[in-house]
Amino acid sequence: MIDLGVIGDLYVFVLAGFLGYQVISRVSPLLHTPLMSATNAISGISLVGSLVVAGAGYNRVSTLMGFIAVTASTINVVGGFLITDRILKMFRARK
Amino acid sequence: MRRDLLQLFYLASAILFVMGLRGLSHPRTARRGMFLAELGMLLAIIGSLLHHEIIDYRWIAAGLVLGTVIGAPMAIWIPMTAVPQRTALSHSFGALAAALIGVSEYYRHGAALGSLRVGVIALEVMLGSLTFTGSLMAAGKLQGLIRGYPITYRGQNFSNLLLLAAMLGLIPFLMFVPTSTPAFYTLVGLAFFFGVMLVLPIGAADMPVVIALLNSYAGLTDAAMGFMLDNKIQIITGSLDGSSGFILSILMCRAMNRSITNVLFGAFGKVQEQPAGALEGKKGIRQCSMEEAAEILGTARSVVFVPGYGMAVSQAQYRVREVADVLKSKGVDVRYGIHAVAGRMPGHMNVLLAEANVPYDELYDMDQINSYFPETDVAVVVGANDVVNPAAKRVRGSPIYGMPILEVERARVVIVCKRSLAAGFAGIDNELYYGDKTLMLFGDAKETMVKLTAALKT
Repeated sequence: MIDLGVIGDLYVFVLAGFLGYQVISRVSPLLHTPLMSATNAISGISLVGSLVVAGAGYNRVSTLMGFIAVTASTINVVGGFLITDRILKMFRARK
Repeated sequence: MRRDLLQLFYLASAILFVMGLRGLSHPRTARRGMFLAELGMLLAIIGSLLHHEIIDYRWIAAGLVLGTVIGAPMAIWIPMTAVPQRTALSHSFGALAAALIGVSEYYRHGAALGSLRVGVIALEVMLGSLTFTGSLMAAGKLQGLIRGYPITYRGQNFSNLLLLAAMLGLIPFLMFVPTSTPAFYTLVGLAFFFGVMLVLPIGAADMPVVIALLNSYAGLTDAAMGFMLDNKIQIITGSLDGSSGFILSILMCRAMNRSITNVLFGAFGKVQEQPAGALEGKKGIRQCSMEEAAEILGTARSVVFVPGYGMAVSQAQYRVREVADVLKSKGVDVRYGIHAVAGRMPGHMNVLLAEANVPYDELYDMDQINSYFPETDVAVVVGANDVVNPAAKRVRGSPIYGMPILEVERARVVIVCKRSLAAGFAGIDNELYYGDKTLMLFGDAKETMVKLTAALKT
C-alpha cells in the first residue's frame, strides 16, 4: 500500500519548495516580469513527460494527446525563453 | 544504465534551473542566468529523447516544430504592454499539456494503476484543467476580449465553494472506486468550469495578483505531473515555479494591503463605498499651464516621476523619458518611483520604462523612493491614481485604506498629469488632487509630455 516512490517524490517536492523560496526571495523587484516569463519557460519542462507519451505509440488517443501536449509545452519553452531574453536585453544601466 | 544516464541529465538541468533563477537577483547577471536555464532545458529534452519507451519520433518532431512556429512569433512581435496576457496564455498552454497527459495516463491504464496513483492523476488533472480555463479567462480579460470589470451575482462565493467541494470530494471517491470513469470525466468537466468561475469575479486592477496566483497553480500542476510520472525534474521545476508564483502573489497582496481571499472573493472595483463626508468641504483644484509646469520643473534640483497604468495605456513612457532627458541635461536629478501593483503584472512598469531606455538604476521601488520624497522638489504623477491616493492612509473605511502608497505629497510640489478628474480603478476620489501643493496638468499623458518637452527646451 505504501508507495515509497511517492514518498521519495514528496521529499524532493518539499525541499525544492524551500530552495525556491530562498532563491526567489532574492530576485530583484525590477525583474519580476522576466521572473514570471522565465518560470513560465522552465515550466515547459512538462515537455519531457509529453515527449514519451507522444512517441511511445501506446494507442492513437494517447499519441494525439501527447502531440498536443508537446506542441503546447514547446510554445512555453520557446516563447518563454525568447521573451525573457527580449525583456532582459532592455534593462540597461546608466551610461 | 540508460535510466541512470537520464537521471543525471535531469540532475544537471535542475542545477542549471536553480542557478538560472539565482541570476535574476540582479539585471547584470540575469541574461547569463537565463542562458544557463536554457542549457538546462536543452539537456532535459535531449535526455528525454533517449527514453527507452520512445519508438516513433514523427509526432514528437511535429509537435516541437509546430510549438516553435507558434511560440516564437508570439514572443518576438508582441508589444511589451501585452506581456501580461502572453504570460497568462502561456500558463494555460502548460496546464493544457499537463491535463492532457493526465487524461492519457488514466485512459491508458485506468484502474490498473492502484488507488494512490489514480488519486494523484485526479489531482493533477483537476489542477491542470482549472488552471487552463482560469488562465484563458485572465488572458481574455487582459486583452479586453472579455469585459475587464468584475462579473458578480448573488450566491457566487457559495456556488464556487460548492463546486470546489464537489471536486475535492471526487478525488477520494476515485481512490476508492478507481474504475469509475464517469466520475473521472465529471471531475475534468467541473475543473474546467471552476477555472472560469474563479476568474470571472476578479477585476482588471487585481490582475497582478491573479497572474501570480495562476503562475503558482501552473507550477503545482507541473509538480503534480511529476508525481504522476514519477519524474523528479518536473517535481523540482514545478515546486520552484509554485513557490515563485506564491511569493509574487503574497508581495502583490501586501502591496495592496489585502488578503488573497479578499482578492479572490472580494470582487474589488465593484464596490464603491465612498465614505460620506470624506471629501466634503474640499477646496478647489489648482490647474497649471504648460509654461508654469516647465518653469517649475526646469528650476528644480530633483524630480521624481510616478508612473501608473495610465502611462502604459497611452504609451507615454517614451515621451516621459524625453522630458527626463531634457531635465537631466539641465543637471536635474531624475528618478522614477514604482509601486509594486502599478501595471497589470508584477514588475510590469519596470519593463515598460526599460523599453523606453530608462536606465534601471533610475527605477526605485516604493520603500526606496518614499524616504527620498522629503528631499524631492517636484513629484510628477503620470497616469497613476490609487497608488498615490492619501485616502489609503487617512480615510478609514475607504476600500484602499491601509494600502501602502507612494507618498508624493511629501515632495515640495506635486504635478499630476491626468486626462480628467475621473476616479481610479478602485472607484474612489483622490484627495491628492485637492492638496495645497498639487498642480493639475490636464490632458492626454503622451501629448502633455510632448508639449512639456517643447516648453522645457525654449
